[in-house]
Amino acid sequence: MLQFILKRLGLAILVAFTVSFISFSLLFLSGDPAAALAGETASGEDIEAIRRVYGFDRPMMVQYADWLLSALRGDFGESYYFKLPVAGLIADRLSVTMTLGVCGISFALLTAVPLGVAAAVRPNSLIDRFALFMSVAGQALPSFWFGLILIVVFAIKLGWLPPSGAATWRHFVMPTIVLGYYAMPAIMRLTRAGMLEVLSSDYIRTARAKGASETRVMFKHALRNAIIPVVSLAAVQMGFMLGGSIVVESIFALYGAGYLAWESIGRNDLPTVQALILIFSMFYIVFTFLADVLNAWLDPRMRSS
Amino acid sequence: MAESMTNTATDKLDPLLEEITGPTPGQLLWRRVFGHRGLMIGAVVVGILTVIAILAPLLAPHDPYAQSLLARMKPPVFLGGTWEHPLGTDHLGRDYLSRLIYGARVSLLIGVVAAAISGLIGTAMGVAAGYFGGRVDAVVTFLINVRLAMPVVLVALAVVAILGGSLTVVICVLGLLLWDRFAVVMRASTLQVRQREYVAAAEAIGASVPRILLTEIMPNIANNLIVVVTLEMAHAILLEAALSFLGLGVQPPTPSWGLMVSEGKNMMLFEPWLVLIPGAVLFALVLAINLMGDGLRDVTASENRS
Amino acid sequence: MEKTLLNVRNLTIDIPVGGGTLHAVRGIDFSLNRGEVLCIVGESGSGKSLTSLALMGLLGKKITPRADEMSFDGINLLKAGSRQMRALRGARMSMIFQEPMTSLNPAYTIGDQLIEARMLHGGASRAEARARAIELLEKVGITAAASRLSQYPHQLSGGLRQRVMIAMALMCGPELIIADEPTTALDVTIQAQILRLLVDLVREMGMAMILITHDLGVVARVADKVAVMYAGGLVETGPAADVFGQPRHPYTRGLLACIPLPGKTERGAPLGTIPGIVPSLVGEVSGCTFRTRCAEAGPDCRGTIPLRGEGAHEFRCVHAEGRRVSEQEGA
Repeated sequence: MLQFILKRLGLAILVAFTVSFISFSLLFLSGDPAAALAGETASGEDIEAIRRVYGFDRPMMVQYADWLLSALRGDFGESYYFKLPVAGLIADRLSVTMTLGVCGISFALLTAVPLGVAAAVRPNSLIDRFALFMSVAGQALPSFWFGLILIVVFAIKLGWLPPSGAATWRHFVMPTIVLGYYAMPAIMRLTRAGMLEVLSSDYIRTARAKGASETRVMFKHALRNAIIPVVSLAAVQMGFMLGGSIVVESIFALYGAGYLAWESIGRNDLPTVQALILIFSMFYIVFTFLADVLNAWLDPRMRSS
Repeated sequence: MAESMTNTATDKLDPLLEEITGPTPGQLLWRRVFGHRGLMIGAVVVGILTVIAILAPLLAPHDPYAQSLLARMKPPVFLGGTWEHPLGTDHLGRDYLSRLIYGARVSLLIGVVAAAISGLIGTAMGVAAGYFGGRVDAVVTFLINVRLAMPVVLVALAVVAILGGSLTVVICVLGLLLWDRFAVVMRASTLQVRQREYVAAAEAIGASVPRILLTEIMPNIANNLIVVVTLEMAHAILLEAALSFLGLGVQPPTPSWGLMVSEGKNMMLFEPWLVLIPGAVLFALVLAINLMGDGLRDVTASENRS
Repeated sequence: MEKTLLNVRNLTIDIPVGGGTLHAVRGIDFSLNRGEVLCIVGESGSGKSLTSLALMGLLGKKITPRADEMSFDGINLLKAGSRQMRALRGARMSMIFQEPMTSLNPAYTIGDQLIEARMLHGGASRAEARARAIELLEKVGITAAASRLSQYPHQLSGGLRQRVMIAMALMCGPELIIADEPTTALDVTIQAQILRLLVDLVREMGMAMILITHDLGVVARVADKVAVMYAGGLVETGPAADVFGQPRHPYTRGLLACIPLPGKTERGAPLGTIPGIVPSLVGEVSGCTFRTRCAEAGPDCRGTIPLRGEGAHEFRCVHAEGRRVSEQEGA
């Protein structure tokens, strides 16, 4: 178990370094970051000045090492637009995005897992068909369009929920649904497939032969085994969700990290964009790492080895 | 003597021959394809939209770029408009139906080309990993992990913003970002096929590696590949629409469905159809492609069973 | 307390399949007294396992067994609700399955699963259930029983897992044990050990047992009663001594001819075989199902076959005396 965790941790760190290098090199895609920063009207001298101030005249690897060492200390440089430390900017915005992410994945799990279980318990029944329909339709629904429709219906026509902002829990209802529904189909399908497989296994028959009730068979004996792969999937989806929050936050005007990313991309504020890409990647890496550890712990075969 | 022997042989074979002239595996596959409702619905919708996209110049009633400041925001026919503009006009007076029709070109082009690029990259990586194993596999698995850790929307937006939003840039960025599922699925399929006896047999007679990959491995993982191609097409189309909606994908005045939703957003309060129509068409196309993908998975999976 | 524990009359199990109905079990009768061992023998697919699952009420929602009577200690199993069946299962009647490797839940320890079997039926504290689990693990020959409780199924061999399954079946001290080919999946060397253990425990605790097997050597040693099944029907049933001493049905005789007897069967002599295959049970089934493979078969085997017999030894065959033999003798 410890060996597995260490190995997995080593992989996570290696992936993190690679991602950090890629997000750093994005800056150089445009060719000359100094020229991009100076703007179209800048003279050659201005560009040279900026090049020196920002250190763009040094070799790329030196700049990367510099940036990475600062980032490890929590210093992501200064935003071109706000002229403020990037780390502080992001820290201010992260709580909204994290709240949204946790709500989104909870919504997805709380709807998709029961639906998947119900579909597996009664295959080909009405509820199974409904679950299948939801998963096929859910995968095809463009989230920005879905969000706008929710605003039109629930905020404007019915007036039940506020269309934008993040002041109260009611502001988070629609964003949670729009962010969460996209993860539902995959979780639902995996739960259903896992339950179907587990329910036909011999140890479920043993549990019934002991005199266990159907509820006990479903939840204690079957779901416990079927849920193991769902944990990994939920972690992956949670990572995707934080990255996907950019669309949701822009629709509902939630001033979180996703919104900051959208603004910063539009403003060519590269230090902020780099830092956000790196931070969103880190979240994904940490979530999947924790999920793998949790998974190993849930599976006795892994735990004891 | 020899004659009578062949006679008895054919006599005996006759009833067997009758059985053999039943449906071939190919015919059986087609029967399953036509018997699968989701697959048929998906294929018909995708087919119709493809024909519309190809014949756009013939079918569109107006020039999708022609502005008419006098005829702005005309409602569609079913909301009291005229047949001059069956689906109304947008805020610049451009014919909405024509823009929708040309928008199908953008979506399908992006779906097909991005899926082709990412399919080439991902399949090459996945097959190499599955066939060679060892270090190659370790490197590919690592790259897949790195790729999955990168937030797709954010990276795509940033790159498009830096390089400038043109159709070519969007297609290339999506093509270079969406290869992960190809690599994952092709790696797993190749690992499976690699165990089979016919691969060992080909290796035993000294067939070259490219030959084995092309004639033994590829044909046997092709059905899985087709399924992933459809699903990634849908993925690419959805992502392009989202990028364009955020204003950092295909740039105006190109008629992209995502862009049309974005442009209609400001008038959403008074003219919700401006948002509803392009979004619904996008939803329908992606749904149809996904139905096709799921259907193909069902149909080819039952082929493996029998 | 009634002497008869289990009474089954005219049990029929039909399974709907793609092309019609599979008549998997067709009108079988048997009964079992307390403390008796009944062996059901027959080939794979003869309906033995389905019969036992029907008794336990574990056939699933899609299959409903029919019978004139199916009762356990006076309780009508056909009418019993799911709650009533649950109270019986594991408490008064237990089952041991064929596949020890997969019959234990991989997510829980041996101890959890043993204790659960006792706790589900109330009347015991967790500590008592734990003590019972240790006692039974020792009884089934597992050393260091207390420390085994915290192990997971994957840490045990197949033979050990089947011992655990036996202990689990005994947790509530049931009156009836149904063992469905409990040793088939195990190594030959372990098969005899496990079976002996099971039979000794059943005798010691005074339980009744239905042992499903196709090992006639085992049947000869342990059975009080024998029921021979072929293609979903009961072809011969009776006290073990009678069935083995004077087998009446040609199928039973064929089965017995297949067993090599040490000392009796000559070296190098061919073992008996029964030619042909079991007929399909989909669609209408009439007459004797064994007639396609039977050396004695005649035209009258297509009709209804009455139950014949002397006392408890009964069989279904119109040519039990041997048609060919008598005809040849006559000629």
